[in-house]
Amino acid sequence: MINLETPKKFGPLIAQARQVADEVFRPISRRYDREEHARPKELDMLAALVDGMNDGSDMGGAGAAGVRRSKNGDGPQGNRNGSNLSTALSIIELCRGDVGLLLSMPRQGLGNSAIASVADDEQLERFAGQWAAMAITEPEAGSDSAAIRTTAVRDGDEYVLNGEKIYVTAGERADLVVVWATLDRAKGRGAIKSFVVERSNPGLKLDRLEHKLGIRASDTAAFTLQDCRVPKENLLGPPEIAESTGGFAGAMQTFDNTRPLVAAMAVGLTRACLEETRKLLADAGVEPDWDAPEATQVAAAAEYLQMDADYEAAYLLTLQAAWMADNGKPNSLQASLAKAKAGRTCVDVALRCVALAGTLGYGESMLLEKWARDAKILDIFEGTQQIQLLIIARQLLGLSSAQLR
Amino acid sequence: MTVAERSMGLGLRALNRLAGSEVVDRLGVRKPAERALYRATRDGFKVVGRTGRTFAAAQRLGRPARPRPAGSGSGLFDLTPDDEQQMLVEAWRDFASARLRPAAGPAEKGEGNAEVFAEANELGLTMLGVPEELGGAISERSAVTAVLAAEALSHGDAGLTVGALAPAGVATALALWGDADQQATYLPALVGEDVPAAAVAVAEPRALFDPVKRLETVARPQAGGFVISGEKALVPRASDAELLLVAARIEGRGTAGLFLVEPSDGGVLVKDEPAMGLRGARLGRLVLQDAPVGRGALLAEGDPKVFAELIARSRLAWAAVAAGVSKAVLDYVIPYANERIAFGEPISHRQAVAFTISNIAVEQEGLRLVTLKAASRADQEKDFAREAALARSLALRHGMQIGSDGVQILGGAGYITEHPVERWYRDLRAAGLMEGVLVV
Repeated sequence: MINLETPKKFGPLIAQARQVADEVFRPISRRYDREEHARPKELDMLAALVDGMNDGSDMGGAGAAGVRRSKNGDGPQGNRNGSNLSTALSIIELCRGDVGLLLSMPRQGLGNSAIASVADDEQLERFAGQWAAMAITEPEAGSDSAAIRTTAVRDGDEYVLNGEKIYVTAGERADLVVVWATLDRAKGRGAIKSFVVERSNPGLKLDRLEHKLGIRASDTAAFTLQDCRVPKENLLGPPEIAESTGGFAGAMQTFDNTRPLVAAMAVGLTRACLEETRKLLADAGVEPDWDAPEATQVAAAAEYLQMDADYEAAYLLTLQAAWMADNGKPNSLQASLAKAKAGRTCVDVALRCVALAGTLGYGESMLLEKWARDAKILDIFEGTQQIQLLIIARQLLGLSSAQLR
Repeated sequence: MTVAERSMGLGLRALNRLAGSEVVDRLGVRKPAERALYRATRDGFKVVGRTGRTFAAAQRLGRPARPRPAGSGSGLFDLTPDDEQQMLVEAWRDFASARLRPAAGPAEKGEGNAEVFAEANELGLTMLGVPEELGGAISERSAVTAVLAAEALSHGDAGLTVGALAPAGVATALALWGDADQQATYLPALVGEDVPAAAVAVAEPRALFDPVKRLETVARPQAGGFVISGEKALVPRASDAELLLVAARIEGRGTAGLFLVEPSDGGVLVKDEPAMGLRGARLGRLVLQDAPVGRGALLAEGDPKVFAELIARSRLAWAAVAAGVSKAVLDYVIPYANERIAFGEPISHRQAVAFTISNIAVEQEGLRLVTLKAASRADQEKDFAREAALARSLALRHGMQIGSDGVQILGGAGYITEHPVERWYRDLRAAGLMEGVLVV
């Protein structure tokens, strides 16, 4: 039965996440925006809470590891609302609080999602309870992740990694870094593998932390890998070099699972902006009228209505992608639809809300200006707007990456 | 236990009507040659503009019958239509591609419209919002099903869909809000074999028209009922209309109400009012000059909440039409962009073209989901004013953009009537500005 309401069984989870957003994140948002690179200690205790939420039986998870797909056949037949959906919903609430702080939540890194997506059971157990960052981008390879130069060379029971990684979210604070490297640069995408590297590994050197436009509460690290030796058991996925691009597609599959979550972050931030702006407009005597045509309303009300409409579309596209993952349906297209819509909507809405609020929106006395700075990363990381449009177009048009470049 | 009782409330009757319909029978297997033969041998269409019918209550229930609110099922998020909906959607899609799409061009010039409307009646569209006790197909509210119908049919052609669904709008309004007399008087004809042309007439020919606050059509109380005066714009099948549900300000109350008007009772003038698009719907302008109606013509005793809900439901239906036409654009430009060669390769290999197509997909899917959410809330008797407004906003802005992008991708070819994208460009502009007409 078609029903697009938030599932009731996730009510408590959502309420809890909302409380965290309002009572933990918001009060410290400005502080950690100003004190870039300071570790938000308040989150350590909170992380334990999220761990608890994750263990909450069939309610599904709330954190980064919630993206692990259930195998076919287990669980009840028919419609499922599982951990992909619950994770998306709780991320929306938490990012309504603060995106930077969510990204700084211990054990909720993108690396945790990667491990949850592709690790085998042994690895899953071995890395349980640790905070994992993800290192893909290099100075010469951003969106073109197939062009990475970091190498991994097998030496006995170990791989030796060499290269440079940048833009590693939570790279300083995490326990583990999932590093993408190639086994053979000549073999293209099929040779790219991901390796779990202990943060304490002497071959993994922290070069610097970036200063950023927004999400300053989240540390963004640059590393050099110098003869960094990792046990061969730390390779995620199959160790063979894939003949076709299949192996790379496997690595990229992580993104089918994590893109809806990043879309959820954007949706949460958008909601924060809209809620704040609605209050400010009401103070100024303007309320959107759902029954009146847009063209007959004052400009600010009509603009609010338009932003709310794009928000709702982004929100439902995000839930759709997560719901499909829960139900074992291929969702690569829908994940990109969600990320594309949510990413651009959050930037658009955040910047317009700043303008609607005027100097109040632009000044640091409120959080709107901060959200507008935070928003921009959500249309960039985990695949820029343009990469999403590429993925969507290739799927719809049935084109390869050689045909539509 | 009937299908209606155990599921969404979409009963066997709609499916039966479909299954028994020659239209569907033949569409399922027909090849183009057979299709041509089928058209040639089909019975001649019904007389247009007939005035012979009188609506009279044959048998009335003691009290009005209403579709029940839909339960929320398991309460889980779910985008899968139930089995009955799926079967109906497939039949509508077949009808849209085999019948509406080929008929769309001629219908713009007024050729074959009546024939299409008669065939569409065989699909039981007017039964979708009417409870079984009243001869309809449902037991539970079915705005979602009506959205799916508007979307699937519009993929074939928006104008014909609007014309075909207009009587269903009146039927649904009667089912939701009519009293026992109103239901007994009009619903048997609306759900019968020979469905009268009927429409919900709301829009007026004025800039910044607001149906809730700025209605100029007025109903003046007089002995035994009301007289209604005013103008209604872009009413589908207006010159054939046998029954109208007219939005008018109620003098002395200051609020708007909906009145059942039979044009044959006099005081209603009609002229053709062709528009930019939706031409298959045979749009017309109505002028009401002291059109007399009885006291029993006012729907829901003029409850302003009912009026606002009808407006919201009609906007939802238009959003569904926009979603259907937008999908038609998407489905059309994909093969075109892959086949059209420029600069030595298919134009789809260029990001400027490919990204335009991606954007169509993003906005079409968003529009569709917001529309479905609003409809599912309506079925569960949750407030859906916000969601309906949002769906309309998306239809207004993104629908327009998708129409424009569709033509742009085809370039000069898109501007020529040989391809349907120019028609969709015109049709999509309507979805965010029309009021009334359709009701889900």
